[in-house]
Amino acid sequence: MKVTLRIKRFNPEKDSQPWWGEYLLEAEPTDRLLDALNHVKWYLDGTLTYRRSCAHGICGSDAMLINGANALACKVLLKNLGSTITVEPMRGFKVIKDLLVDMEAFFEKYRKVKPYFITQTPEPEKERLQSIKDRERFEDTTKCILCGACTTSCPSFWANEDYIGPAAIVNAHRFIFDSRDEGREERLNILGAADGVWRCRTIFNCVEACPRGINVTRAIGEVKKALLFRRF
Amino acid sequence: MNGAGRARPESGLELYAWLFMRISGVVLLFMALGHLAIMHLLNNIEVINYNFVAQRYATPFWRTYDLVMLWLALLHGLNGARTLVEDYVSAQGWRAFSLASLYVLGFFFLALGSLVILTFQPVTAP
Repeated sequence: MKVTLRIKRFNPEKDSQPWWGEYLLEAEPTDRLLDALNHVKWYLDGTLTYRRSCAHGICGSDAMLINGANALACKVLLKNLGSTITVEPMRGFKVIKDLLVDMEAFFEKYRKVKPYFITQTPEPEKERLQSIKDRERFEDTTKCILCGACTTSCPSFWANEDYIGPAAIVNAHRFIFDSRDEGREERLNILGAADGVWRCRTIFNCVEACPRGINVTRAIGEVKKALLFRRF
Repeated sequence: MNGAGRARPESGLELYAWLFMRISGVVLLFMALGHLAIMHLLNNIEVINYNFVAQRYATPFWRTYDLVMLWLALLHGLNGARTLVEDYVSAQGWRAFSLASLYVLGFFFLALGSLVILTFQPVTAP
């Protein structure tokens, strides 16, 4: 099949405005968008810039805006995208070049929720045991690969870059509801602040955007409930 | 870029605002539908006149109903508008101006409405 890629190009060292690069190429319907991007970079225009690492939907490097919706370029097939495909960088982050965005602020918010095991109780002799039921409590939010698709699809984040964002909340949720963890209060204090979970307007864009199928809005709702029942 | 932003203390205001929106939303769903049914389905503008209002306001029940609906609806709307301003008006000056106007107008109408509901003296026609 013949496909046309319309890619939003921008090189801050040369361009004053972003522009649309159009690339016509021959591809298999079962090729992934990442294969098409690679084809452009390797055979048509070597200056095209984007992130990709594992190319198998688990490293979270190649999230981008594909036909207006956030997705991983390595996880969508060309046959599902039509003959003209628009590709843009994720919204709300500073563009470094073409599809490559600066995710430092994103990871700073991630670090802010203390995404690591916190405990004061002394280490047991063997492992810290957990029942299957307790493990299931946060199963969904362990799946996050920090690609940024949810946060950059969130209108609350577009409107306010201080909003901690769905990805950081998901990763806080993973520890808040872990029966072995003891940092619950610290994390709830961070998420209960004005720029925490209350900026979520339950728009559900994050749920549609998540390439891992995490029910992000539900996780945020559970954190809101935890904050509420901590007080009452 | 502000990045992770300033650490603002957790005051609980946003939590209470969030809770209020949910509770008032559910209560208003029934109250406003009841109001709609009484004023526009069971009665119509031909029947609703001074006398109709005077008769209703002779009992404390309808005064309380209207007062509760006024407070819930106005504060629910006011908080919604506050949320919009906080989300989308980022210029400091404009934000302060918008919020101040919102609060002044909102509380003016709240006071005016409450005054009418509480002090209205019905003179029922013979």
